[in-house]
Amino acid sequence: MKIAFQVNGKRTSVDVAPDTPLLWVLRDTLGLVGTKFGCGKALCGACTVHLNGMAVRSCQTQIGSVAGQQVTTIEGLGGNHRVQRAWMALDVPQCGYCQPGQMMSASALLATNKNPSDQDIDAFMSGNICRCGTYPRIRAAIKAAAKMS
Amino acid sequence: MANIVKNETRRDFLKVSGTVAGGLALGFYLPSGPRMAQADAGGGYASPNAWVRIGMDNVVTIMVARSEMGQDVYTSMPMLVAEELEVDINKINVEFAPPAEVYINALLGGQLTGGSTSVRDAWEKLRKAGASARMMLVAAAADDWGTDVGSCKAADGVVTGPGGKRATYGSLAAKASQMEVPRDVPLKPASQFKIVGNMRQKRLDTPAKVRGTAQFGIDTRIPGMAYAAVVMPPMIGGKVASYDDSRAKNYPGVKAVVQYSRGVAVVAQDYWTAKKAAATLDIRWDAGPNANLDMRALWKGIEQASAQPGAVFREHGDTDAAMMSAAKTITSEYRLPFVSHSPMEPMNTTADVRGDKAVIITPTQFQQLIPHVVAGATGLKPEQVEVITTFLGGGFGRRVEVDYAIDAAEISKAAGMPVKMVWSREDDMTHDSYRPAGIYKFTAGVDSSGKLQALRFHSTSPSISSRLFPSVVKDGIDPFAVEGIDNFPYTADGGLRFTYQMHDTGVTVGYWRAVSHNLNAVALESFIDELATAAGKDPIQYRIDMLDMGSTKHQWSGLSAGVPVGPRMKRALEEVRKKAGWGRKLPAGRGQGVAVMEGYNTVIAMVAEVTVSNAYDVQIDKITAVVDAGTLIHPDQALAQMQSCINYGQSACMWGEITLKNGAVEQNNFDTYRVARINEAPKELNIHFIKSDSVPGGLGEPGTAVVQPAIANAIFAASGKRPRTLPYTPENIRAST
Repeated sequence: MKIAFQVNGKRTSVDVAPDTPLLWVLRDTLGLVGTKFGCGKALCGACTVHLNGMAVRSCQTQIGSVAGQQVTTIEGLGGNHRVQRAWMALDVPQCGYCQPGQMMSASALLATNKNPSDQDIDAFMSGNICRCGTYPRIRAAIKAAAKMS
Repeated sequence: MANIVKNETRRDFLKVSGTVAGGLALGFYLPSGPRMAQADAGGGYASPNAWVRIGMDNVVTIMVARSEMGQDVYTSMPMLVAEELEVDINKINVEFAPPAEVYINALLGGQLTGGSTSVRDAWEKLRKAGASARMMLVAAAADDWGTDVGSCKAADGVVTGPGGKRATYGSLAAKASQMEVPRDVPLKPASQFKIVGNMRQKRLDTPAKVRGTAQFGIDTRIPGMAYAAVVMPPMIGGKVASYDDSRAKNYPGVKAVVQYSRGVAVVAQDYWTAKKAAATLDIRWDAGPNANLDMRALWKGIEQASAQPGAVFREHGDTDAAMMSAAKTITSEYRLPFVSHSPMEPMNTTADVRGDKAVIITPTQFQQLIPHVVAGATGLKPEQVEVITTFLGGGFGRRVEVDYAIDAAEISKAAGMPVKMVWSREDDMTHDSYRPAGIYKFTAGVDSSGKLQALRFHSTSPSISSRLFPSVVKDGIDPFAVEGIDNFPYTADGGLRFTYQMHDTGVTVGYWRAVSHNLNAVALESFIDELATAAGKDPIQYRIDMLDMGSTKHQWSGLSAGVPVGPRMKRALEEVRKKAGWGRKLPAGRGQGVAVMEGYNTVIAMVAEVTVSNAYDVQIDKITAVVDAGTLIHPDQALAQMQSCINYGQSACMWGEITLKNGAVEQNNFDTYRVARINEAPKELNIHFIKSDSVPGGLGEPGTAVVQPAIANAIFAASGKRPRTLPYTPENIRAST
């Protein structure tokens, strides 16, 4: 079944079962492998993307529900997004595997909260696991990004 | 004694490989090594040695022969080469090296990333590789110009000579690679370092990791590739008895269903299809020898084994007599559970096995072993197996194992096509090689002032090396089971006697970040705190007063240098006392705990400050660490490794516990296996490095161990409850005394 939607500003259509998670459509069908598989149960946040600007876990988002909507992945964040600039300035990543999801969550947080407090960061970012322990730098980078234009 | 591990490990490796020549002596490094790929067929680059490739376009590529799993080898190792090569570190290319003799880690005896050895092994070797290449470039220029090398200078990728002569490295590369390899390679003194020790140096892999373009194993795509999902026996040691794949085979998009050594794989056009089809498989298992294994039986087995005398791994004096004459004896027992590695990237490998060759693309810590095990699994020869190492989405020791590469190779061969095998999180967590569980018993004899006079230590746990490197295990002692206490840093003048009792539980155990430091040092530094409490002494001063200022050294674990650690520990403890605000008045329910440890030639003193609620929930308010890791190559990433270790150790000691029922691991995802999240990270993290120009110590692991007893001791200070069973859950804290 053909399902049409937008990815990173481009119209696309895929012919897959409608219950296929958006994660695997992005990675396997469209080759956008920046979005990562971590747990398959919305427990770790590695697969976070934006759906119409909101952070969602793509492993739990069926492609059928995405028809006609706008998806943004790490590839679509542009490379020069303030979150990405802050992540680079503070050398946040270690292994880096969880970081696309971290940045997609952080950019969604900053889109609705111009100056997040520590508590706001805790509440919004606690769905994203990092096993390398980059949490202090993620927190600092979100605050740094908040100050950027 | 320090050489035992490395030599024996290499011998095991050679046994496995069969093809690596016996000449790979320790200390084998350039410039005496063979030149590799002197120039490519098109003349696009030349290589003065195996670590450096210089393009005719002046682009310098530095080979990284260790696996980048977050610990920064992608930057810190090229920094060492570039320092002496005289190139701009920010303009170089980095490539992961293929398996080759020249890339063997002399501290481990294989091309293997682990044991916090990468930078320590590279420290002199890579600077010499850079210096040697620079000297050959300068010699080529001097020869061209008919002048002597002393009148030429190399800087920023250019050689300059008398009369304004100037030549880029690219223009000299072809000739330089033919010049004589220098025998004497002097190195810069630390005072002249421009790159090493630069506080502002950025990681070279950050841009790709921030843009989402860094290629992890799971991101591999090769032409004609299909996707494999697997079903493995839930019980450890189980096997496929029989299976019905009639539904899976006919599932739209499925290309093949194959049985392989460990389970059944469904190969399909995409991973989701493979996964859904795999769910339709009807498999009957042969449960194997662990069919009835549960935690009760498992702990009973460890308890019974613990009654055995074990093998002595450190002893001096007459411990029994000293114990008899002690004013008081204090006994205690600690229990540590199995824990999982759970890196964020689940195990995966892309394999393309053909009749006459195989390509294995994999996130591995042990690329050198893969050709040999894949050859064994496919009937190919090791030299027919090409291995490409990707970025690793975390390693922590899990990817020292090569099981998942073997699986993918078998599946590709059976399916007759290139496949990317991806494990689900559930596959990953239930088929890990777990950190060993164990029991750690102490009996201390103290004098009337509470000072330690005699110490008995007896540990009982499974041996990791008995499976992975059996010949390092000698007389019942696995060197990787006694780290963290064989270098016991305190005095016990009357005598001490440390024993290890090996006990196989049936559960697969593996090297887990900091390995047995996590077991022994966690127990030891908790117990030393008990002694301080019993003596009515301040825990920091009690430790300082008992430090052995003499020749404390490792008896078994050769991954540390065996240098005296007492003076370094004293300094670290004194500094952490100041930096942590030790002993200041704290609100009710809040407490400080200290721990100190040497591991991988790095000394860390750490103070944890925690708040314990009435329900025994623990919040980590603050961690202060003072670290003596010798020379820091990339200081900001030395800091990152300490931040990382603290997080990883926190997860293990606060929540980490793998349990079994009917031989199967019960935890299978992050809902049942809890790890630290951002809201649980220490509210404050203060990490200080002692300025030092001595040889680098390892940083990827030791902090993982030392943070755990620091937290335990803080829990005691805050609540009066001393947890001796890990993890430090409210239940375990409440149950303690």
